[in-house]
Amino acid sequence: MNIVPESGVGSASALVEEHPCYSAGAAHRYARLHLAVAPACNMQCRYCNRKFDCANESRPGVVSGVLSPEQAVQRAGEAMRRLPHLRVIGFAGPGDPLANRERVFATCKPLRLQFPELHLCLSTNGLCLPESVRDIVDHGIRHVTITLNTLDPEVGAAIYSWVFWKQRRRRGLEAARIVLEQQLAGLSALLAQGVLVKVNTVLIPGVNAEQVPAINRLVSAAGVFSHNVMPLISAPEHGTYYGVMGISGPSEEELHQVRSRCQGSAHLMTHCRQCRADAAGLLGEDRQAELRPVSLLGNRVIPIHRPKPALLAKAVLLAVATSTGERVDTHFGHAHSFRVYRVTGERIEYLEERRVPRYCQGDDRCEVTDDVLDNALQVLRDCQGVICARIGYTPWQALAERGIVPDNNHANRPVREALRQTALQLQENSGSRNCGLAAAC
Amino acid sequence: MALSITEECVACQACEPVCPNDAIRFKSGIMRIDKNACTECAGYHELPQCVEICPVEGAITNADGTPMNPPGTLTGIPRKKKSV
Ligand code: SF4
Ligand code: SF4
Ligand code: SF4
Repeated sequence: MNIVPESGVGSASALVEEHPCYSAGAAHRYARLHLAVAPACNMQCRYCNRKFDCANESRPGVVSGVLSPEQAVQRAGEAMRRLPHLRVIGFAGPGDPLANRERVFATCKPLRLQFPELHLCLSTNGLCLPESVRDIVDHGIRHVTITLNTLDPEVGAAIYSWVFWKQRRRRGLEAARIVLEQQLAGLSALLAQGVLVKVNTVLIPGVNAEQVPAINRLVSAAGVFSHNVMPLISAPEHGTYYGVMGISGPSEEELHQVRSRCQGSAHLMTHCRQCRADAAGLLGEDRQAELRPVSLLGNRVIPIHRPKPALLAKAVLLAVATSTGERVDTHFGHAHSFRVYRVTGERIEYLEERRVPRYCQGDDRCEVTDDVLDNALQVLRDCQGVICARIGYTPWQALAERGIVPDNNHANRPVREALRQTALQLQENSGSRNCGLAAAC
Repeated sequence: MALSITEECVACQACEPVCPNDAIRFKSGIMRIDKNACTECAGYHELPQCVEICPVEGAITNADGTPMNPPGTLTGIPRKKKSV
């Protein structure tokens, strides 16, 4: 059965021509919005660290806040008003959309009713794809991207740390076999339903380069619309396995080499900008920072805005969670005090130590209670940023909501270096660098 | 017999739907295990489901506070590498 009509809304030609990721021409004309409603994942790829947010990063798996389905629909409505060329709503994370089926489909329903002209699309690692195809089609999703990195489980074992499958965590070859089997079964089921399928392959030098031409042949023969061979994005500060272990992305040259060996009929996508899971706007022009936080019905609003860099062009007040003042060594929630510094250009002045009153002292396992969090927020209220070794999700949101940028990229680094870099990033971060990584787009 | 969620948790909510006892709740940004409802999956599964799916080392502990997924077991990143 083919569910794609010949012409009009949802026709095969509109599906391609209006989707910026499927047509390089559309990329200049039409905008897309990624709605980050999918925090959970069911596996671990070694190029991914599902860290909740990093204001300075822009790669798949990275977002500024997770939205509830209601918030997502509001955000889409606002984007429709502000981005006249909006044609595509994508679900790309920060986890795997199909590990969050209820949230994703609960978002699709009202979206389809309110904005029938929008195309819905979804990216997935494929693990839960076969059992989700029916729902995908029923919810009007006509574009699906599967990340397929290898056809060989031996190689897969070097890419996937584990998968959660049938009540347990599986590793190694077993995990890689399951992933591959599910991806291929899901791929054919989608194609049989007339869904437009794109395949992403993350090129990981020394790991799967030899696999890419074979993937290209297989997906082309199967009828996949486009194949996107994207470079691994990897840096130690991302905290991913590859990043920490020093496996870096391919050079332009390597990427070009591998792409040139992909001669199948699937369109080779070269205009991918590796968008964040909450990207908005035209490809390469991320306007997500402009969309205001959605005001929500009673619930706490999860911030999706960033402080205006203009405010930070002069002196920046930064707080650091550190035990001795030498290194950034303290978890936000464990900090009994913060050292506050003023950074003006190259100048770093230590101002004072601010204590966080807390009722429960000394017990490491004690959770951040609302009181402690409120006290910390109070103490930090005039700071533009807080640098800590680690931070939980809730305090992260609470800080971001108040325009205080949390930074956990400098764990165990010298305090002065962290201050300098964070101040610099606060000033530079106009939120315009776009695009991100792996399972996304 | 109950497990609990620590501050390491990133609130990815992956554990919530896999709990057979509906013991895990996401409330005002925090994940919590209801100690009265959690049976460590006894009677349903051989292994505690939240522990099996959680991606964060140290995010779930047993009653003694011992991490169910100790450092290094999920990311494969050796401990000393992490703190360089
Ligand atoms: S890249 Fe996607 S599929 Fe892989 S671990 Fe991250 S969220 Fe999950
Ligand atoms: S151990 Fe089992 S019953 Fe307890 S919270 Fe985890 S999933 Fe639920
Ligand atoms: S799976 Fe782990 S990290 Fe995710 S919400 Fe549950 S306890 Fe937290």
